[in-house]
Amino acid sequence: MKKLSISVFALAGALIVGPAHAQDMPKVDAKRLEEVTKAMWPKTPEGWEKRISFDETQAICSQYRNDLPQAEFDKVKARELATVKFPADGKVLGDWKAGQRAANNGRGGTFTDKPMTNGGNCYACHQMDRFELSYGTLGPSLVNYGKDRKFAPEEAKAAYAKIYNSMSVLPCSTMPRFGYHGFLTEQQLKDLTALLFDPESPVNK
Amino acid sequence: MRVFMALAMSVTLGAGFAHAQQAIDTEKELEKYRQMMSDPMSNPGFLNVDRGEVLWAQKRGAKNVSLEGCDLGEGPGKLEGAYAKLPRFFADTGKVMDLEQRLKHCMDTIQGLDTADIVKRRFGRVGQTSDMEDLVAFIANKSSGMKFSVPLSHPKEKEAFAIGQELFFRRSDFQDFSCATCHAEESKRIRLQALPQLNKPGKDAQATMGSWPTYRVSQSQTRTMQHRLWDCYRQMRSPEPVYLSEGLTALTLYLVKQAEGGEIQVPSIKR
Repeated sequence: MKKLSISVFALAGALIVGPAHAQDMPKVDAKRLEEVTKAMWPKTPEGWEKRISFDETQAICSQYRNDLPQAEFDKVKARELATVKFPADGKVLGDWKAGQRAANNGRGGTFTDKPMTNGGNCYACHQMDRFELSYGTLGPSLVNYGKDRKFAPEEAKAAYAKIYNSMSVLPCSTMPRFGYHGFLTEQQLKDLTALLFDPESPVNK
Repeated sequence: MRVFMALAMSVTLGAGFAHAQQAIDTEKELEKYRQMMSDPMSNPGFLNVDRGEVLWAQKRGAKNVSLEGCDLGEGPGKLEGAYAKLPRFFADTGKVMDLEQRLKHCMDTIQGLDTADIVKRRFGRVGQTSDMEDLVAFIANKSSGMKFSVPLSHPKEKEAFAIGQELFFRRSDFQDFSCATCHAEESKRIRLQALPQLNKPGKDAQATMGSWPTYRVSQSQTRTMQHRLWDCYRQMRSPEPVYLSEGLTALTLYLVKQAEGGEIQVPSIKR
């Protein structure tokens, strides 16, 4: 499949002919796809002007089904890394209790929501601690995350960067780029990093 | 001291076991809940079926005729099995259409009905029924017990499938999500909700697509695939997709194709 998608997208813009099997019939050109998405979302909703709707990284991850060839992988990683902004005070650890609330909150940011502080919704995909049974499995378990990394400050900084922009670590990661999009605030990013790295956090208990 | 150590160890081991047991119990309870909800005798979705039957035969619109002359792909007025083959290409419009697009087309052309009002009421809520949800429940129910088998033979159908596939993997917006984020792996969960794998043919896609339209207990409404996709994009933090847009039909065709051979049992009942 990887081989197919690479050869297919080497022909980007041209009409693409896939094998006969129904699963591999990507016969659609980029212009046509743009026309279709434009008709699905003809205008930017009020208040959404600053939101990113479709950037270069999303485009290439979509095109390669998140499985980038090495050259593209390196390009995306460098581009995303350049977006990471650390807190001005240099402190990446906030309040783990506030982090726990943000991790448990799955609200905010939809077209039916009024503007609010968005939740990180971390439990939707990750096991975070041993005490919460309602966790998802799309992402890896984060139990003992800080403890396993010996609570090292440089590891905490790396975790902050990963939450800020997951793709600066792993291009086309499934995880949203929370800081890059401004989905979470700097304080929330600090609080979530503390949830992972505070020895008192349930994550490390 | 040795006794204390042994005790401490058994407590630690016991805690791990208790968590595992608790997880199994949670899953069992969820399964019981799902079974309770799937009792067709207590499914309010059949009220939509009854209302849809009335709407289908009712003379309405500027031309004061019923929808009975509407061709859903199997011939004018033929409902049995029509839903199992949608979306499909229609020569009279030159387009691939899903059931709702086709119904709107028939309302416009055959009945001369005010479809702006129909579209406005596309999703039912307290104090407002949706003609579309009623008609889809009625018509889809006429394919209950049958298997999905979209033609996918016309070039435009093949193109729509390909567009649907691209949309399925298209990451966008505030959270970088695509359909594939949640539906391209086996046996994954979001919180405790099991996620069907929909990027390949198989029983997940069959069970999912074969159970829409469905009565949503959490919303007290019968919902169609148009609403399901609208709600998916809402949860993905995308802007609201346009109802009956070409892309939603393409995505539906992609999903129905993955569900090929799956038995339709609708309206079903879900959380």
